[in-house]
Amino acid sequence: MNSYDALKDLYEEKRNFSGRILVAGVLLILMVLLLLARLADLQVLQHDYFSTRANDNRMRVVPMPPVRGLIYDRNGTLLAQNRPSFNLEVTREQVEDMDALLEQLTPVMGLTPGDIARFKDRVRKTPRYRGVPLRTNLNPEEVARFEINRYNFKGVDITAGLSRTYAMGPSASHVMGYVGGISEADYAKLDERLYQGINQIGKLGIERSHEDELRGTPGARIVEANASGRPLRELEQRPGAPGRNLYLSLDAKLQNIAELALGELDGAVAAIDPQTGEVLALVSKPGFDPHPFVEGISTKNYRALQSDPSRPLYNRALQGTYPPGSTIKPFMTFAGLFHGETSNEQHVNCSGTYYLPNSSRKFRCHKRTGHGTLDMGWALAKSCDIFYYQLATNLGIDRISEVMGQFGFGKPTGIDIPHERSGLSPSREWKRRVRKEPWFPGETLNIGIGQGYWQVTPLQLAQATARLAMRGGGFEPHLVHAIEDPLTGTVTGVTPKALPPMLESEPHEYDDVITAMELVTHTPGGTAYRIGRDSPYRIAGKTGTAQVAGLSQAEEDAPELSATPKHLRDHAWFLAFAPTDKPRIAIAVLVEHAGHGGSVAAPVARQVMDQYLLGRVQFATATLAATAAPAANASADPGAAAGEFDGFVTASERPAPPPLPAVPTLTIPAQKPPGASTENPADAVEVDDAEAAFEKPPAAPAPVNDAADAPPPEGELNPPKPQP
Amino acid sequence: MNTGTALTPTPRSPTTWGERLQRLHIDLWLLTLLLAIACIGLITLYSASGHSLSAIFAQAQRLLLGLAVMAALAQVPPDYYRAAAPWFYGVAVLLLMLVLLLGDHAKGAQRWLDLGVIRFQPSEMMKLGMPMMVAAWLHGRALPPTWKVVLITLAIIGVPAVLVMMQPDLGTALLIISAGAFGLYLGGLSWRWILGALAAAAAAAPLLWFRLHEYQRQRVLTFLDPERDPLGTGYHITQSKIAIGSGGVFGKGWLHGTQAKLDFLPESHTDFIFAVYSEEMGMMGVILLLGLYTMVVGRGLFIALRGHDSFQRLLAGSLALTFFIYVFINMGMVMGLMPVVGVPLPLLSYGGTSAVTLLAGFGMLMSIHTHRKLLTS
Repeated sequence: MNSYDALKDLYEEKRNFSGRILVAGVLLILMVLLLLARLADLQVLQHDYFSTRANDNRMRVVPMPPVRGLIYDRNGTLLAQNRPSFNLEVTREQVEDMDALLEQLTPVMGLTPGDIARFKDRVRKTPRYRGVPLRTNLNPEEVARFEINRYNFKGVDITAGLSRTYAMGPSASHVMGYVGGISEADYAKLDERLYQGINQIGKLGIERSHEDELRGTPGARIVEANASGRPLRELEQRPGAPGRNLYLSLDAKLQNIAELALGELDGAVAAIDPQTGEVLALVSKPGFDPHPFVEGISTKNYRALQSDPSRPLYNRALQGTYPPGSTIKPFMTFAGLFHGETSNEQHVNCSGTYYLPNSSRKFRCHKRTGHGTLDMGWALAKSCDIFYYQLATNLGIDRISEVMGQFGFGKPTGIDIPHERSGLSPSREWKRRVRKEPWFPGETLNIGIGQGYWQVTPLQLAQATARLAMRGGGFEPHLVHAIEDPLTGTVTGVTPKALPPMLESEPHEYDDVITAMELVTHTPGGTAYRIGRDSPYRIAGKTGTAQVAGLSQAEEDAPELSATPKHLRDHAWFLAFAPTDKPRIAIAVLVEHAGHGGSVAAPVARQVMDQYLLGRVQFATATLAATAAPAANASADPGAAAGEFDGFVTASERPAPPPLPAVPTLTIPAQKPPGASTENPADAVEVDDAEAAFEKPPAAPAPVNDAADAPPPEGELNPPKPQP
Repeated sequence: MNTGTALTPTPRSPTTWGERLQRLHIDLWLLTLLLAIACIGLITLYSASGHSLSAIFAQAQRLLLGLAVMAALAQVPPDYYRAAAPWFYGVAVLLLMLVLLLGDHAKGAQRWLDLGVIRFQPSEMMKLGMPMMVAAWLHGRALPPTWKVVLITLAIIGVPAVLVMMQPDLGTALLIISAGAFGLYLGGLSWRWILGALAAAAAAAPLLWFRLHEYQRQRVLTFLDPERDPLGTGYHITQSKIAIGSGGVFGKGWLHGTQAKLDFLPESHTDFIFAVYSEEMGMMGVILLLGLYTMVVGRGLFIALRGHDSFQRLLAGSLALTFFIYVFINMGMVMGLMPVVGVPLPLLSYGGTSAVTLLAGFGMLMSIHTHRKLLTS
């Protein structure tokens, strides 16, 4: 290799090299263009798509649950409110050893295995950075005990929330209802957008029927969250709206008086303002404490309520169906007047027995020796069965059922809380349809004295009384008086729904019935004279007695009340309205196993009417106390009797109830609502479908027959066959 | 110095900054461009690291160290590098072997060598050793190289490449192979050979597939269809594309990128820092950055063209082109143009070793550029 060659090679090398650099440079520029093209693709062409994806990544909607509306009574007394409650919460990501923590917390906070099981279940379903409630509704002592020890428990906090509380507790539990956790079944029915962040729903009573007003509209916070979902800052707030406040027509004081007047007896009181249809009091005793349901009742406690022989979950006022007994007689009298089958001039001779035409079957009056000669008014005042046997026979079942339908028997009153039952107003058509049997004339007699197939609820009876008081007018019974928008303060009244007018009738037909009903209370010899004797206002009333257990045919006379086991005693009825000239209150009282309506149920009604019309309870309740033996202490309370009652008496301040008698399964059938048997027996499990129990109340406990203020005549239990 | 007589042929006094720095063997063009990129890097890192000043200081320290190394290496005349190349390369190969025998494990790969005093990655050393060795080897040969020379060059490239792949570190192996291959290409390897090699590589691809580690195969599959596994291996690339795409033309503004801020973007301050930059600075910012990188490469190629001998030309050319490959692989991967391989974005990604190695390479470039003039004067 000579130097020329070397030089030539060097020159050649350099030229080659420059060529290679040039090619590389061109390739390089192409690659840069490729990168720029991709960049334009991502940042220009697909920019909108990726912007959306980026926003979806970072934005989270955090619902802000609305505050549930408050519920007041007609005087503005707060009945349902949201009280701050303290909960113990654990944030998982701050806890190093969860089991050790729970073990340490157990003695301090009194954790049960149920608490821990429920907590662990919730922890699994909750993001790590979010607090999980371990115990709810701590009392101040527990809060204090935790605060002293809190340095031991990293990741455990006390948080404040709102918890629904009911001022009247068990006294109005059936009316108010309660809120509870939203079950799967609820979710299937509701619009989830309206329940963002809400974890409770009205389950019963007003809370359920007015759920839409009370709930409010959830708002939302749009927050920026990081990849693990933790919210970092708020981007936007979409305000919701708080729930509306309800003003009930219920009078809390009246409700309490009615409950106190029943004493320790079970029963129901329904009081309506006939001028508006507003329900003033609606008591079903015994009630139940709604608060465990709010917190999530355990299966064990729920079972205990279900199997309680006095059936506290069952709303007697609108689910309890009983034969009306003699309380049907004012309506029968009206039917007679309307169809011209009776009049003030009619007189009937009561000899104590009655025979159907062409029949040897004997029907008896409750007064064995007979009432003698009675006119229409006194037949009602003394509740003479013979008069009504005859009237029923003359009217016939078709005309009876037509008029009874007009008074609302056999169909729900339409009150604005759920689970009302329709009862049964017997008719030829009904019997053919349901029983597939023709109507027998002997059955009409039973219908005439409010027994046989009859089934009415206390509310229906109060409603029918209101229609009578209003001379055929009247309004649908309802509990909500007005609705308030808490943002604007606007209160909107609920317009009463007028009932369709009854059959054309002459005013005196009502007046005649009402005059007769005044005889019941204001004339010596009337079955409820004891409550009308000293009344400063005029009362139109009617007593009734519904028989629980059939007496054996051989028994000639009713045994003494005190000698009968309590659960076999008759139910007492009383209906009334007052004042008669300008009715302001119509009331129906049912007292279970209390015997005669005049002696037990009527004083309850009088006390409620006293409170409503006079503002104080004037009527002394010695009678009630004596009749109900150890039970009626509460109504014998001097304050209540003297009309000085003020404020609520809570269940705990009342004397403990007497021990219940051993209950044979025959009288209280242990019918469990469906679903109960499938409950998980573990104590920790919350009952989701507790309300199922309210929808299907147990059937009437025993074959119930009306005693018409007295033992029934023979043949009562088996309606007489028509004579050939 | 200007006071001397005009008749004496003394070196002309430096009149510009460039000329003054030239005396110190520093290239003003490269220095300015590199400093600009490093500043962008620090600014982006502040955002990507979640406003971490300590990360900024650590990175700034490494950059300063790298600049010092660069300045020091620039002082050494290129001939010394040629002389040292075989030794440097040999030591690097030995250390790579050592790594495989007793290296530290980190994230399932064996890359680090703990020498008691310092821990370092011999593969970084090879990033410089490879272009030096190939350039030095081809320097003495007649170019274009004969097939014997080519075969030996391939062996020089192949041995460390295999050692690095065994760690396994596909990204670095790619860079090392690129550095050697660029040397060979610039040395004048005939186009027939190049096209033949490309065809052979295409044919060997299926074979290579079965040699890949499971995670490498996953990366390739994920690259082909990132939504195949959006929460697993495709997550990186999906989130990175969201970041870049949502940046748009003008970006979301510095510190306002949501993808990185809210932890949706993994590795946001290391390999995926380009996604953060694109999200916040938008297409305009990327064009600026890409322009800076291209100018750096252009300056490198210019230096290569003016190299005094084969060694200088080949070393400068392959260093410049390798630098571009860094940029292209990283951006291509972050934009979803190619599978995810662990290649940092030069001077932007957080992490010391690669920045120091890169700047050391630029020290050699400066040495080549500045010593040439002094020698000829």
